[in-house]
Order: sequence, then C-alpha cells, then structure tokens
Amino acid sequence: MRSLLVANRGEIARRVFRTAREMGIATVAVFSDADADLPFVRDADAAVRLPGNDPGDTYLRGDLIVGAARRAGADAVHPGYGFLSENAEFAQQVLDAGLTWVGPPPAAIASMGSKLEAKRMMRAAGVPTLPWSEDDSGAADVGYPLLVKASAGGGGRGMRIVRSPDDLAVALESARREAAGAFGDATVFLERYVDAARHVEVQVMADNHGNVVSLFERECSIQRRHQKIVEEAPSTAVDPSLRARMGEAAVAAARAVGYVGAGTVEFVLTADGSYWFLEMNTRLQVEHPVTEAITGLDLVRLQLTVAQRQPLPPEALTPTMTGHAIEVRLYAEDAEHGFLPSTGLLREFDVPTGDATGLRLDSGVETGSVVSRHYDPMLAKVIAHAPTRAEAAARLASALRRSSLQGVTTNRDLLTRILGEPEFLAGSTDTAYLDRHDVAAMAGSLLDPVGRRAHAVAAAMAVQAAHRREATVVAGLPSGWRNNPSQPQEVQLVDGSTTVSVDYRFDRSGRLDVSVDGEPVDAELHPGATGTVTLSIDGVRRSYGIGITGSIVDVSSALGTSSYQLLDRLPDPAATVTAGSLVAPMPGAVVRVLVEVGDLVVAQQPLVVLEAMKMEHTVASPAAGSVVELNVAAGQQVDAGMVLAVVAAEDTDGEAPAAR
Amino acid sequence: MPVLPDRVDRDAPDYGARRAALLELLAEHDRQLAIANAGGGEKYVERHRSRGKLLARERIELLLDPDSPFLELSPLAAWGTDYPVGASVVTGIGVVENTEVMVVANDPTVRGGAVNPYTARRQGRAAQIAAENRLPVVNLVESGGADLPTQSEIFIPGGRGFRDLTRKSAAAIPTISLVFGNSTAGGAYIPGMSDYVVMVEGRAKVFLGGPPLVKMATGEESDDEELGGAEMHARTSGLADYLARDEYDAIRLGRQIVRRLNRHKLGPPPAPSYAEPRYDIDDLLGVVPTDLREPFDPRDVLARILDGSEFDEFKPLYGASLVTGFGQLHGYPVGILANARGVLFAEESEKATQFIQLANQSDIPLIFCQNTTGYMVGKDYEQRGIIKAGAQMINAVSNSDVPHLTITMGASYGAGNYGMCGRAYDPRFLFTWPNAKSAVMGPAQLAGVLSIVARASAQARGKDYDEAGDAAMRELVETQIEAESKALFLTARLYDDGIIDPRDTRTVLGLALSVAHNQPVQGRRGYGVFRM
Repeated sequence: MRSLLVANRGEIARRVFRTAREMGIATVAVFSDADADLPFVRDADAAVRLPGNDPGDTYLRGDLIVGAARRAGADAVHPGYGFLSENAEFAQQVLDAGLTWVGPPPAAIASMGSKLEAKRMMRAAGVPTLPWSEDDSGAADVGYPLLVKASAGGGGRGMRIVRSPDDLAVALESARREAAGAFGDATVFLERYVDAARHVEVQVMADNHGNVVSLFERECSIQRRHQKIVEEAPSTAVDPSLRARMGEAAVAAARAVGYVGAGTVEFVLTADGSYWFLEMNTRLQVEHPVTEAITGLDLVRLQLTVAQRQPLPPEALTPTMTGHAIEVRLYAEDAEHGFLPSTGLLREFDVPTGDATGLRLDSGVETGSVVSRHYDPMLAKVIAHAPTRAEAAARLASALRRSSLQGVTTNRDLLTRILGEPEFLAGSTDTAYLDRHDVAAMAGSLLDPVGRRAHAVAAAMAVQAAHRREATVVAGLPSGWRNNPSQPQEVQLVDGSTTVSVDYRFDRSGRLDVSVDGEPVDAELHPGATGTVTLSIDGVRRSYGIGITGSIVDVSSALGTSSYQLLDRLPDPAATVTAGSLVAPMPGAVVRVLVEVGDLVVAQQPLVVLEAMKMEHTVASPAAGSVVELNVAAGQQVDAGMVLAVVAAEDTDGEAPAAR
Repeated sequence: MPVLPDRVDRDAPDYGARRAALLELLAEHDRQLAIANAGGGEKYVERHRSRGKLLARERIELLLDPDSPFLELSPLAAWGTDYPVGASVVTGIGVVENTEVMVVANDPTVRGGAVNPYTARRQGRAAQIAAENRLPVVNLVESGGADLPTQSEIFIPGGRGFRDLTRKSAAAIPTISLVFGNSTAGGAYIPGMSDYVVMVEGRAKVFLGGPPLVKMATGEESDDEELGGAEMHARTSGLADYLARDEYDAIRLGRQIVRRLNRHKLGPPPAPSYAEPRYDIDDLLGVVPTDLREPFDPRDVLARILDGSEFDEFKPLYGASLVTGFGQLHGYPVGILANARGVLFAEESEKATQFIQLANQSDIPLIFCQNTTGYMVGKDYEQRGIIKAGAQMINAVSNSDVPHLTITMGASYGAGNYGMCGRAYDPRFLFTWPNAKSAVMGPAQLAGVLSIVARASAQARGKDYDEAGDAAMRELVETQIEAESKALFLTARLYDDGIIDPRDTRTVLGLALSVAHNQPVQGRRGYGVFRM
C-alpha cells in the first residue's frame, strides 16, 4: 500500500490520515463543495473534488470515488464510517478497480447489511437474538414495546419505538418514508424492544490468516434519538466472565460471516446479565478511540495491516486492557431545544487537550470552519483515559468546561453535566438514561447567576474596548468621558430569550462603576490584551476570552460560555420582524406547507414542515388566529431566521383576528 | 527629552488643605450641575416621559457614538440669574459616526424649551464654536419658541441664530435638525435653515402660525397636523427630508446623515501613539491653592497634562514669572504660556511676544494657563514703558492665527487677562477651574481705589470725610466685586465655556485640540520673528 484514499470526510478522514502518515502511506482526500475548506482536505497529501453537496452527489458516489483514487494514484480505499462504509457494492467496485479495500469482504458486508439476514445467521450460529418479525402481522408475537427498524438502516434513522398496537401504523409509515429517503430501501422489520437496557458492543478484529479476536467491549448506552453521545470502555456492567462470554459470542458472529478486518458486534444487555445480538457494524466505529485507549492498540493500523494481508501482530492477538476511557461526541446541536441541529461559522473552536496526558481530540473542524447543513453535525470527539472511571470522567468534564466553542450551539454543556451526574458516576447507565433525566435542564448553560453577571460585564467591557479601538477621532480620550455625567453607558445583550442590560461608567481615575440589570456589581477592570477582558469581580480575578463577530459577542471563561447578540440601540424599523412571524428555526428545505393564506388555525397547529439534517421539524402556530402571510413553498431552501409565515392572533374575546 | 520632575509632596499639610478646599468647590459645582441636569424638575420630567419622549440628554447620549467622549459647553449658563440654570438648552461637542459635531438640544422640560436671553447666548456661543472649528451642527429641536415675556431681549438679537445657520451652510459646514416636537413661529426657521431635516411622525410640529393665529389672521380653520405635521412636511411641503417613525428612528437617521457627510479634518492628525503623563493628575487638587495670593508653579500642572510629562522650556532664565515652552498633548504639538508668579513685567511680555511669534512660524497651537494679577504698575515700570511691553504682547495675542486655548487656573485680573488671551481675545475655547477669579482688579484694591478717590473728592470740596460710610462702602463694594469675580458668576454669563474639574484639564484640552484641528492650523506669517 503506497497511497490511501479515504472515502469520507471530517474527523474520521483526519484520523485515518494520521495513522497512514505514520506508516509512510500517502493520503488522498475527497471533498464536496461545502467541505472544501475543512481541515481534512488540507491534511491530505492530495485532494479530489466531488462536485455538489448532497451526499447522493458526492460521498455516496462510488464511481466518482474510484475515479478519484485512480486520478490521484491511490492504491487503497478506506471508507471510514457511514456513507459507503457498509456498502458491499462499493467494496466490490473498489476491488474490481484493482484497489485494496480496507474493510471486510463484500459478502460479509452484505450478510450483515441486511439486518434480517444477519439475525437469521446469528441464530444459526448460536448467538442470542431478540424475537422479530418481518411483517406487520407478527407484531403481537414480537410483543410490545417493539422497535420498527429499517433493514438497511443505521445511526438511528428509520427507527421508531412502538409501545402499543394503536401507534404501529403511524410508526411504520414514517419509518418507511425515512428509510426510503435515507437508504433508498423502505424495508422495515419489527423487533422486540428492551426498555432500560444497556447498549454494549464488542470490538472484533480478524485477519486473513484465521485469527479473530475480541478487543473487549464498549458501552454506548447514553443515546439521544438512538444516536450515541457518550461511550466508554470497559462497561461498568461487564465482569470478566461476562466479558469472556460476550467476546466469544462476538467472535462466533464474525466467524459465521467469514469476517476480516475491524468490526463491531452490538448487543443489548439487561440488568440480569442477559444479552442479545442486535447487529454487526462491518466498519470502524465512531467510538473506536476508547478501545484504543484501554488496549494501547491503533485500530486503523491494524486495519491497514490486515488489508495488506498480513497477520495481526501479537499485541492484538493477546490484548490487555488498562484503565478506563470515556468518549463524548461534540455535536453542533441545541440539546436544550429538542436537539435541533445548529449550523454556521465556528467563530471559535478550542478544546484544550494541551499537553495534558490522557486527553485526545479527534476533530473534523477548527476555528473558522463552517458547519454546513449537509452532513452529520458531529464536530469532534473528546476522549479521556485515566486509571479509574471517575478520574476519566473528571478529566473529560474539565476539558469540556474549559473549551471555547463559539458560533454554533453545541451539546457541550449537556455532556459536561452528564459526566458529573451521580447516576452516571455510579455506572447506572442504560439507553433510557436521557429519558429519565431533564435533558433541557442538563443542557442549559453551565453558568450560574454569578457567572452570568460576570460574563455580561465582560461582554460589555469588550464591546466598550472595541468601540474605543475603532474610534478614529479623540481615540486616546478616556472611554465614555463626560464633564457633566448624566447617565451611564448602556449595553444591551440578548442571551437566548433574555435581554441583559449592563450600565457602566468610568470615573476620573478609571474606576469602573457597573451594574447588571440594575444590580450593582463590584468589578474592577484590569488592562489586558485584545481578545481578553480581565476583571476582578467581588475580589476574584479571572480572564474572559472574547470574540466579537459583527454584533455577536462570545465570552468564554472557566465559568462557562456565553454568546450574546448585541442589541442595536437604534434599530431600523423597516428591518424589524412583525409580531406573530414564524421564523425557520434552522436552515433546511421546506417539505410540506400545510396551510394557505387566510386559513384559520388553532394554537399548536402545524403550518410548515421543514427537513434539515435528515430530520423533519414542524413549525406550528403559536396561537389561534389566521394566516396572513405565507412566504415559502414546498421544496424551497430556507435559512435560519427567515420568516416562513405570519399568524395574526385571534382576539381573546372571540372577535375577528387582528394582527398583534 | 526633558521630563518635568514630580515635586509634589503629598504628605505636606498644605496638600491636604488645598485638596479639601478644592473638593468643596467641586462639590458645589456638582450640586449646580445636578440642578441643571434635573431640567424642569421631577413633575415636568415625568410628564415628558409619560408622553413617551426622551429627555434632551438621553437624545444626545443615543446620538453619540457609544463610549465616545462628550464635552458639554456652558453647562451652568444663567446660574444666579432669573432664568433656570442651564438655560433650557444643552450644547456640547461629541462624536457621531467618528465625526466631531456640535450638538444643540432644547430641554423641553424647562418651560417647554422656550428660548430666554441666556438660551440665546448659550446657543450663540455654540454656533460660534461650530463656525470657528468647522463643526457640523446637529440640532435636537423641541422648543416652544421665544419666552414671550422676555421677547424684547430675544427677538432682535435672536434672529441672528437663523443667519448663523445659513452662513455655516454657505461655509460648507453641514447643519442638521432632528425635530422631536414643537418648532413653531420663529423656531420653524431652525429646520427651515438647516441642510438636512428629520421629523418625528405624529410629534414634530413646524409652522409659522398655529391654528388660533391662522384663524385670527385669515379666518381659515386648520389643525396642527395640516399646518405643520411631520407627514405633511415629508409628503407635501418638502420641509422634512426624512420621516422618522419615532424618536429613536430620528436619531438613527441623524447618525445616518452624519455618516455620509464625508467630513475630513483640514488640520494635521495627532501623533498615532503617545505616552500619558507620568504623574497622577489627581495631584492637581493638592497643588492648586484656593487662596489666589499663594502662587504655585505651573510646571507641576504641565507635568500632569502633557504627553509623557515632557516639556521643552523656552527662555527659562528670562522673564521667569511667565513659563513658556513646547510639548505635546494627546498627540498634538502645543506651545504653552503659563503664569508662574502672577505679575507680568516687561521681560515676561517680551518673552510672550517672541514665543507667540515662534509658535505661529511653526503652526503650533497655543495654550494659555492664566494665573495673573496683571501688568506691573509703579513709577519705575511706567517710565520704562510697561504699557508698550504689554501692548506688544496683546498685539501678538490678537494677531496670532494658530488656535488658542485658555485655562483660567487661578487669578485673571486686569490687562493680564487680555495679554493671556482672555475671553475678549477669542480663544477657540476658554475653561475655568472652580477656584478661579477674574475682574479688572482684586476686590480690596478696587474698593480701596474708590475710597481714595472719594476721600480726595471730599477734600477738594473741603468736606469732612464720612469714615463710617467709607468703611460700609468698602465692604459693600468688596463683597460685590468678590461675588462677581467668582467662577460661577463668570460661567453663568458665558465668559467661559464652562468650569472644569482640574483633573479633567488634559482630557478637555485634548478634545479641544482635536476639535480645533477641523480647521487648518496655520500661523500668521509676515515679518520675521522680532527678537525681544
């Protein structure tokens, strides 16, 4: 192998390039238009453009990717995860082109790719499986609760939990629609759903010389909408004997399909130690770093070794595990508000792994990257490895807390809170973990009221300093100087749905007199470099990192992160949004428009359905009234903040609807 | 470069006593400012707010660039007169869209913003400063027009304000009016003579005659809106260029207009970077005596206002009662003339004359730091020509073309006031410290002179001199002159541009210099410098 093309993007592309470089193998990236400026493109020795943005035009185009490998002189293809990684046809295409395929044989992919076929084979191999049915009529036999699953699916898409027969029809329909859209295959099946179980998976590695080994388990129980967000190894619920049994089952599963390379056998594990086969992922997993951390192995190196038909090295054949590793997935999403994806310019992306041992950052982005709406919103993975689980959790939480992530909303605060939450720390994790907890509360800002006040003061001081810096006349005079002071300077900052007002004045000797929302704050401003504000508040001195982008002010400190919108003191009335306007919560495409202008609507009635990040979002009327304006049509692309429709609220006394 | 030393002994008993005395004067000044800032008082402020309107100072604060400085001019105009302190208008220099502008805002909480004789003087001074320094003028208009009972003092001189506006326009100095409310009768000519006019919908009212007057004059029935509403002026008469939805919108439009004025300063820019003074300006409170008989060294002041405390003294060994020299202030080169020991002799006058000529040769603005009791009197001095020497200095000051800024730090008596560029000599700006006093001579001297003259007159007529009456007269005169010499009395009558806290001196001078540089800085040329 001389040159390796990674048929993927973002962090996994960078991850594979890293090991390839170490092994002296040249690297080739492929990229869509939206990704042209991402770090993975620059990381590679060569990069080939895939015109367009839609995955169907780019990262799912096997023909273009094989063509790219040829043009760039690559002799091997690594598929990463997602996209074409579990596509047997693509694997065959790569092989047919005379290239090395870094993955299992196409036949193994195909067997495991059909979840139904996989389940049949596993039952035959003696691996425990859950009851399932391939058609709707089998629902009663499967029993409730059950899961409607896309046969060709993965990543939680096309999946629905059904708790009673009444809900089955609706769930089937929407799961089929989603599956057809996402995988081009509407086939779904029913499987018994095990509530409050753990998701435990076993990493296997197989070579062409008959070796199949288990590299121990990972637990990935903490999930939102079937998407893993916290993963760890080992599992707190697995003791050595269970580990051995599950490992054997996983090895048996791999052998049953003639597996070669890295793969993951997923199980559902209940409190009594029972486990059942869920599916096998025939690729490198997102969460592979926790296994690497505890075993000290480089899984990508093993993949490349096996792909070159070499036997697994001794350290992989008799693996050992040390300590505990936890990984979190940083997503660009608003966990506080239903995990809505968030897109835009990453004004700052700084996760301080620094020289701290036991911290690893696998990131697809950097400061200045644009998070587009076209792909998975995962920004990065942060992994901590420590002698104990408690220390790993603390180390990871600390790194997250000190991170500065500005520009898009992230799940950082949720992840940080999970890592310090008593149930998590006690190891009591299962797939219902986030259902049991108040996600909105856990995802709320880490800032306490004192921190919020401090950040508001820091933001106001930064804005003030910027004003003085940008002044071209009398710039050297004291900030806000008055010979006859009559009122303080005022800065209004919008923080989500609340507005914070900071009033301040400097006296003759430069001392700061400041209040937040009318409440005086004991604060002293110290001189500092551009980009930071140093304040002593109540005698405690801290530095606040500041980013100002247009009217957005980002503040990060050891207390947490804030992002403020600076309120225009003198807004142009023409630019103000009419009351009753419904704005797009995120960029996306309009799927359906459910009303017409003039329609009378009730509160919470869906008006427009948007699709973004492959999920549907309904925009509903905030109140009863009539639709007076409708600005979009099905199929239209919209940007966040665009006014979709205007509803004039109905008068409470029942008179004719009037605009409010 | 020569750096002035720090010679202030902060532990000396004098220091504390002076500081306490000056702080007391400043506290009194602050109390008077608070009265002016309260406008028409709580009741009228409340009524104004209840109409959804902003106060004059709130309008100004919104107009200015955030965090930029604002120098209010003549804030205690009309103090001690029959008219409210502040004279129902706020004038000052601020920065709008990085452009220095003169702001003139009526205070409608004070008798509806009516113009009294002191309002006219305060506005007139602002207009003069704007014209001399090429400052665009932004009028924030809401005034019921002339205060009718005092019309005789306003009507004829007040007409000058409209002429000033259009003369400024002719000199390519833009004038802008944001009309927030009443601007009627003569007041209608303020927007009428402005280059740009913004009116607030439903609020602005601009007409020559209101409905009752129209009814009386022609019998026509009409209402306010038809005669002078903002909509009417924006859509029909064309007097309004912009129709603002509300006060905030009007201020936004005002800023938008200034942004596009394309103003450039004609004077040279300041040094891009410069050092602050080495010593704390707070020390000035302990340096400056409130008893004007005690001299103080102006170098202790210069050390706290000049960039890096650097001062290149000129002719230090000659005429030592006047300190002259060059330095830099907020990046601008300056020449300094500062009285050191009150009296001006022939040597000081000659030194000043030469120094003023040198500054003109080099296009350097001059700062006069007044603390003078006047030119020396006495046989010897008269015979040696003190009048001629003083006349040279007054000649040089009068005909100097570089910008002059004057600070009255203490005494400003007699012809020394003229030679040191007092009000009548039209410095661009003149500010006063609260301890300062100015008059033709000291109260005791003045009373004494009167007494001697009266005694001589009685003697000539062969009458007995009434000693008791003399003592009473002297006391009365002394009290009157003392009161009329005080900073508050002088500032009330617009004999300065405001009393300032000595600790603001550097900032005020920095802003004044920046403002002065809107004009070219060009000294008087002609003869070579006369060696004195």
